[in-house]
Amino acid sequence: MIEIKISSEPLNISSCIDWVMSPEAGGIDVFIGAVRNMTKGKQVVRLEFEAYEAMALKEMEKIAKDVCAKWPVHNVLIHHRSGVLSIGDIPVVIVVSAAHRAAAFDACRYAIDTLKETVPIWKKEVFEDGEQWVAAHP
Amino acid sequence: MRVLAFGIAREIFGSAAVDVVADGVSAAELQEILKKQYPRLAQLSSFMIAVNGEYAQPGTIISANDEVAIIPPVSGG
Repeated sequence: MIEIKISSEPLNISSCIDWVMSPEAGGIDVFIGAVRNMTKGKQVVRLEFEAYEAMALKEMEKIAKDVCAKWPVHNVLIHHRSGVLSIGDIPVVIVVSAAHRAAAFDACRYAIDTLKETVPIWKKEVFEDGEQWVAAHP
Repeated sequence: MRVLAFGIAREIFGSAAVDVVADGVSAAELQEILKKQYPRLAQLSSFMIAVNGEYAQPGTIISANDEVAIIPPVSGG
């Protein structure tokens, strides 16, 4: 089963994990992204996330379906935040359950790596003395 | 046609959407038209065009009723 969400409210990690658990799943792999306090030596004040929500949900669903086609996994959950996040807040949670750990690890890594390449969500880093859209410029 | 914009493209446009006279063009042609009208787009690492919520190929022809968006480099996660 697949569960996809973009939320303006805080993500609940334990309920994400509960959602993927099943009697036949012996390996659960979790990726949690957190807002880091520094970028290239500069203090980050906050991050602002913006999504092209309809397309982002479609791209996230494609990733989850790809994961199910490539690995023997049971459940795949991908949740992402929108809005303003502070240091230590959680922008993304990906949880994969499988019978065995190898598939869960590989699938979870594929999901976050692909999300960062394809899903139309953008983050702006706000510093004390300026701001920048991440990855926008060479 | 109406072009939706997000992230840095929205800031370059100064608006979440702009109207462009470009009916019947390809996605690649639309990129060039947009770069001429908004030269700061040419300074981005890259940008894609999405049509009806899917990444367009350069040769994808855009129709008047399509939902068109400019997708600057993504940075989720």
